[in-house]
Amino acid sequence: MERILNEAKKVAEEAEVFCITSETTPVQFEANRLKHVQSKQSTNVALRIIKDGRMGYATSTNLKESRKIVDSAVETAEFGMKAEFEFPSLDSYPEVVTYDPAIRRVSTDEMTKLGEKMISSVREKTPELQCEASISKGTVSVRLINSRGGQADYRKSVFSLGVEGQLIRGTDMLFVGEGQSSCHPINDISGVTEIVHQQLEFSRNNTSIKTGELPVIFTPRGVASALAQPLMAGLNGKLVLEGSSPLTNKLGDKSFDNNFSIFDDPTIDFQPGSRPCDDEGTASQRTPLIESGVVANFLYDLQTAALAGKKSTGNGERHGSLPSPSVSAFVVSAGKTTFNDMVADIREGLVVEFLMGAGQGNTLGGDFSGNVLLGYRIENGKIVGRVKDTMVAGNVYKVLNRVAAIGSETVWVGGMIQTPPIYFSSVSVSSK
Amino acid sequence: MAHIDIIGHQLADTLKKYKADYIELHLEESQSSHISYRGQKLESVNKGTSVGGNVRALVNGGWGFVSFNNLGNLPKRVESAVNQAKLVSSENIKLGDIEPFVDTVSAGIDNNPVLIPLSEKKEFLDGYNEIIWGTQGIQTSTINYGDGQKKSIFFNTAGSYIEQERMDVTLRLTAIATDGNEVQQVGLSIGSRGDITAIQSLDDKVREMSVRVVEMLSAPQVKGGRYTVVLDPVLAGVFVHEAFGHLSEADFVYENQQMTELMTLGKEFGRPELNILDSGSVPRLRGSYKYDDEGTPATKTYLIREGKLTGRLHSRETAAKMNEKPTGNARAINYRFPPIVRMSNTYIEPGATSFKDMISDIKDGIYVKNWFGGTTSMEMFTFSAGETYMIRNGKIEETMRPVVLTGNVFETLMNIDAIGNDLDMNQGGGCGKGGQSPLPVSNGSPHIRIQNCLIGGN
Repeated sequence: MERILNEAKKVAEEAEVFCITSETTPVQFEANRLKHVQSKQSTNVALRIIKDGRMGYATSTNLKESRKIVDSAVETAEFGMKAEFEFPSLDSYPEVVTYDPAIRRVSTDEMTKLGEKMISSVREKTPELQCEASISKGTVSVRLINSRGGQADYRKSVFSLGVEGQLIRGTDMLFVGEGQSSCHPINDISGVTEIVHQQLEFSRNNTSIKTGELPVIFTPRGVASALAQPLMAGLNGKLVLEGSSPLTNKLGDKSFDNNFSIFDDPTIDFQPGSRPCDDEGTASQRTPLIESGVVANFLYDLQTAALAGKKSTGNGERHGSLPSPSVSAFVVSAGKTTFNDMVADIREGLVVEFLMGAGQGNTLGGDFSGNVLLGYRIENGKIVGRVKDTMVAGNVYKVLNRVAAIGSETVWVGGMIQTPPIYFSSVSVSSK
Repeated sequence: MAHIDIIGHQLADTLKKYKADYIELHLEESQSSHISYRGQKLESVNKGTSVGGNVRALVNGGWGFVSFNNLGNLPKRVESAVNQAKLVSSENIKLGDIEPFVDTVSAGIDNNPVLIPLSEKKEFLDGYNEIIWGTQGIQTSTINYGDGQKKSIFFNTAGSYIEQERMDVTLRLTAIATDGNEVQQVGLSIGSRGDITAIQSLDDKVREMSVRVVEMLSAPQVKGGRYTVVLDPVLAGVFVHEAFGHLSEADFVYENQQMTELMTLGKEFGRPELNILDSGSVPRLRGSYKYDDEGTPATKTYLIREGKLTGRLHSRETAAKMNEKPTGNARAINYRFPPIVRMSNTYIEPGATSFKDMISDIKDGIYVKNWFGGTTSMEMFTFSAGETYMIRNGKIEETMRPVVLTGNVFETLMNIDAIGNDLDMNQGGGCGKGGQSPLPVSNGSPHIRIQNCLIGGN
C-alpha cells in the first residue's frame, strides 16, 4: 500500500489508498441437508488521487500492481470531478469494538451443527417444511492511508446464520425465514427459530382481506422490506443537495409523526454495521436523522459535505466505487406499544411481515408498493391467518404522518437495521 | 501479472491426482471502466482490473468451494476444496453427462469497449446529459455507463479445457423531476454484448424520457385493483423472466417432492398460443454464451410450448437428479461464486395479434411500458412499469403515475389472452439470484395482454 501511495504522490497532489481483505467460510444447507462448505478469500485495493484539482480513481485485486493502478487513476483524473475537500489527517479514532477473536475458534463442524439444529427446530411442528440454511463466519481487515498522514486500520469479525423454509400445498406456497448476524459467534439459535415458529403459527390458515384503506402493522422485517429504502434515499445528503429528495429544504421541519426518530449509528460495539471510521477515514459518529418527527440531519461523505457547506457525518462508504453517502446502521427508536397491544387495537387490518418488490417503484419519491409475500389478517384484535395475492402501497412521507403507534420491542433485521414494529392507521391494500 | 493461461495449463495436468469424484477450476482476468454523472457533472470515472479464481470439488455427494484473488499456491486451494467436500459428503450426487470440450472462444467484438478512450465515451454521454438538461422542468439526472472485458478459463477432471472471452456494455440513464413536494423519475437501460455502437444513438429515446418525467409530476395515480393490462415488449420481457423464468430453474424443483409434482412436464400453464423459450445459443445477445460455467454448451429450451410445460433449465447436477439433459444454464457472475442454474435469453414467441387489434376492444384498461424492476417468490411475482397510460375505448389516453403489478403464476399466465406479432429483446437488464447480481441476461416478448391483473395503488 505504501508503495502505491508513494508512486501516486509523485504524479498527483494528493492520494489515498484503501485496502479491504476478507476471508469468509459459508456453510450451506439445501433441502434440509448439508450441501456446500465454502471458503472465500478476497483482496481489493482502491487508489483515489487528486491531480490538477481533479479526482482520479482505480481499483485492483492485486496490491503488487502499483504501476498499473497509478496509471489508471491518472488516466481517469483528467475527466474526474473537481475535488472540493481535503483527505483527513486523523490517525486515531473513537474505540468501536468490531472484532471478537472467538470467531476464529468456531469450527466448520460446530457451524454444521448449528444448521442442523435450526432446521430440526423449525421442522419440529411442521415436518413437511423444506429448509435452506446458511451459517457463515468471516473476518474483514480494512486499512486506509493518505498523503496527509491520515491512517486507519481495523478488523471486523462477522458471524451470521439464517434459515428459510418453504411449504407447498397444491399450488399454494408459503415462505418463512429469519436471519441474524453479529461480530460475536452466535451459539443460540432461538432468536431465529422463534420468529420462524411464529410465522408458521400465524400462517396455519389462508384467509383473504378486502380492498381498501386499512390499519396496517409493519413488523420489523416489514419495516425493513418496505419503508427503509425510501427513507434512506430521502436522508442521503447527495440526493438532498441535488434536490431529488423530498426532504430537500425540510431540515428542521416537522415532517413525520412526533414519536418517530431515526439515527445512523455505526458506533455500537459488536454490530456488523459498526466501524471506527468510514471508508475515507472520517471518524464514526451517531447521527440523529429524524428526532421526534423533525428532520435533524442528512448523511454526508467528504465531497458531498464540501459541496453542501456541511461537515462529513462519517458516512462515506464504498460499494466498489468512489465513496458516497450511505447508511451504516439505521436505528429506529422504540415507542411504547407492544406488538400484541397493536393487534388487539385493530378490528379489521393487516400485518405485513414481508413486502416483496417494494423497492422497485419510485423510492426516490418515497413510494413503496409490493406484494404481501408474508402477511396476516387481523380480525377483532386477533391474527386469524395468512393473506395472499394482496398488494400494499403507500408513500413513506404520507404514512409516517399517520402513525397510530410505534412498538416497544426493537430488533435487528439483517444486522443493518434496528427497528420496532410500526402501526399505521390507514394504508392502501388491494386484493383480488 | 500472473498469466492465467500458464497457471491453467500447469494445473490442469495435475487434477487427476486428487481423491475426488470431480474437480473443476475457473480462472478469470477482467478489466472494466465506469463513468457516472450526477446532475450536470461527470461525477466519477473508475478503471479496475481483477484477477481471481475458484476450485469446486465433489466428493461423495458433497461440494467444496474455494475462491481467491491470490493465485499463489493453487494446489493447496484444490486440496482445501477437496477436504471441505469430504466434510459434507452425504448421499451420492451424479452429474449429467457432458462430453469434454477443448475450445477457445473469442468475444467476437473487434473494438474492445474498455480500450476505447475515456474522452470518446464522455463525448456521447455528455450529449445525452445535454438532452436531459435541455428539457424544461428537470431537477436532476444520473447516468451510469459501464463496460467490461473478461477472459475466463475453465477446466475439469473430465478433460475439458475451455477458454472464453466476453465483453459487455451497459448504460442506465435516469431523469428526475420535482415540483417541490413530489419527486418522479424515468429510467432507460440499454446494454450490449460489447458493441458500444448499440448505445450511441439514443438521442430520441433520451429526449422522450426527459419530457415524460416532467409530465408524470402532474399525472394522476391509478386506483389499486384488477385491470386488463397491455404490456409493451420490454415490460413483457421482465414479466416472463419473473413470472415464469425463475420457476423453470430446476434447482428450485429438483430436491423438492411437492415442487416436482407441481412442475410435471405436460402441465398446463397457459393458453395454446403461449410459447416461452430460454436460449443461450442465440448469437450476440447479452445472455448468450457458447459454454456455461460447467463447460456445457448453451442450448435452446422450450419452457412452455402451446401452453404446456415442456422443459426447464438445468445444471449438470439438477439434470442428473431429474433424469433430464443438462441445458447449459449453470452460470456464475464471477469467480467468487459457484455456478447455479440461471436464465440466459428468455422470451415469449411472437403470435399473430397486432398491437392495434390488441387494444381495440378494451373499454377501460391500462397500458404499461418499460421496466423499473421485478422480483419473484415462484408462486407470486411483482414487476414495475416505467410508464403507465390509461386505455379507454380502444385508445391510449392519459399518462398515469407508474404502477407496480403483481400476479400469481398459476393464474396470470392463463390470463394472457393475446400475444402480439412484434417480438423485441431487451438488453438492458441484469438478474439477481442467490446473492449473485447482476448477471447479464436478456429477455423479450411481443406486446401481450393480460386479463385481471392486480395493480397496487391508492
